[in-house]
Amino acid sequence: MSFLSLSKVSKSFGGRPVVDAVSLEVGRGEFFALLGPSGCGKTTLLRMIAGFETPDGGTIAIDGEVMNQVPPHLRPTNMVFQSYAIFPHLNVFDNIAYGLRKRKLPRDALRAKVQAMLATVRLEGLGSRGADQLSGGQRQRVALARALVREPKLLLLDEPLGALDKRLREAMQIELRAIQRQVGITFLLVTHDQEEALSLSDRVAVMDHGTILQVATPRSLYERPNCREVANFIGESNFFHATLRRIEGDAATVNAGLLGIITLPAANLAPGIKVDDHILLAIRPEHVRFAETGIAGAITAATFLGERNHFQVRLAGRSDPVAVSAADAPSGPAVHLLFPPERLIGLPFAS
Amino acid sequence: MKSRTLFLYALAYLAFLYGPVLVLPVFSFNNSEFIAFPLSGFTIRWYQGLWADEAMSHALGNSLKVGLATALLSTALGLATARAVTRHRLKGASAALGFISLPLFIPDIVLALSLMLLLGLLSLPLSLAAVVLGHLLICIPFAVTVLIARFEGFDRNLEEASADLGEDPWMTFWRVTFPLMLPGIIASLLLTFITSFDEFLLAFFLSGTEATLPVYIWGQLRFPERLPMVLALGALILAASIALVILAEYVRNLGVRKSMVGA
Repeated sequence: MSFLSLSKVSKSFGGRPVVDAVSLEVGRGEFFALLGPSGCGKTTLLRMIAGFETPDGGTIAIDGEVMNQVPPHLRPTNMVFQSYAIFPHLNVFDNIAYGLRKRKLPRDALRAKVQAMLATVRLEGLGSRGADQLSGGQRQRVALARALVREPKLLLLDEPLGALDKRLREAMQIELRAIQRQVGITFLLVTHDQEEALSLSDRVAVMDHGTILQVATPRSLYERPNCREVANFIGESNFFHATLRRIEGDAATVNAGLLGIITLPAANLAPGIKVDDHILLAIRPEHVRFAETGIAGAITAATFLGERNHFQVRLAGRSDPVAVSAADAPSGPAVHLLFPPERLIGLPFAS
Repeated sequence: MKSRTLFLYALAYLAFLYGPVLVLPVFSFNNSEFIAFPLSGFTIRWYQGLWADEAMSHALGNSLKVGLATALLSTALGLATARAVTRHRLKGASAALGFISLPLFIPDIVLALSLMLLLGLLSLPLSLAAVVLGHLLICIPFAVTVLIARFEGFDRNLEEASADLGEDPWMTFWRVTFPLMLPGIIASLLLTFITSFDEFLLAFFLSGTEATLPVYIWGQLRFPERLPMVLALGALILAASIALVILAEYVRNLGVRKSMVGA
């Protein structure tokens, strides 16, 4: 049963739609990410779920209740803003207690609740700190605590780690995931950082130009992207033009020009591809191998990245260099490349 | 050499600006009815005379009433305008702002005459209320300008966060918007009060029989023997105005610094 249900939700601010007939189902207790480049409509979608923007069309339902007409202050959602939006005139305790006024808790119960939340986000003893005396990471925790203390059905996070430096961001990713498991609330994360989306979420929706391209688990997004945009946005891919010749049982045969005639598992083809279709074969840099025989090429650039090396290999008859990621460096610039067929993914070619 | 010339120029410029103003306090303590050098001794009898002047107290009372009403009304209206312009996507917002500030560019004498004629056409009496209406025209632009700057200084996400945390728009205003806008609101109150308190032309045309302080002072100029007392009054107003403007700027800057941290 789906918990958050979006059906054909659209929004434009005059001109091109920012969100274009998006439908999406998120399960209860899921950690779900909306991933896409800036301007893809993901934040607008989040703001519609929170109630700050009104959809032009479609319905938004949370836990079976249609939310379209419900103002933000009556929705069972809470949001962690990208800017954190910590109230500058209140201290940490009052910021966290802000959303509890209507609950009319006795003073002791209120204190206990806020203290418990301070402990959850590891800010014990900072209750009386002023908002202007907090570091970036602490502000992020206060924003999280302020939202979680209301025990929302759905927590919305708008680029929550974007303002933090790399090390802090990585530490907070682990912590955020742990907190989500602990509280068991459905989290909906918006981010343009693919690493963040992949490492945090149970499932990810990749968005571009106001539409959802693919919804899948991080692993299958990486291993089975359904289009060129997803393959490009999640990690790096090499693309080869090809034509699907025939499908026999589990085997699909393609004419991949430069790479020759290749037989790959039919399961590697994205849905909707038919025989004689012009397709793109995608392969990850780490799946391309250096070998004794294979397609001849020349290394034009090499980058040392610690555990792995990254190479640009130029092939005869191809303008884009092939990206290869390998643990060992070949001895000279002249190399042969092997493209394991089981690692090639067939994607529709959209002209 | 060049910097020395510039320094002298600056001094001359300041003297030109503030010299005339200093005449007021100087002669207000001069022990003579005639405004002429040399000074003939120190006295505070003009100030004492002010104290005893009931017509003056009445005019002062009128000015305070008009100033307070103008300050409160123009700040309240300015707050609504500034919020609408900065927080909502409004069609024609910049045109509306242009029209709001237009009265600042219309000569006061034209404004005063047209308002007086309008009141006549509507068979409404000239009164302090009419003065307040006139002052609103020239004070609202100040209030809107000060308050828009303040609204732009704080993250609109703060108001959204409040809504998100369960507060309706009314409570959001009182728990977030108002406290964060307070320095701007105080600055606006002070500025509009000063503007109204000092204003002469509109008050002269619209006040009817109830003189405000500037109108009263103008009336006193017919009596040469009362001139030193007017100077004493002017000196007091000058001191109060300077104090209020400094206070307004201080409060405004205080707020700006705080909101920068919060944003």
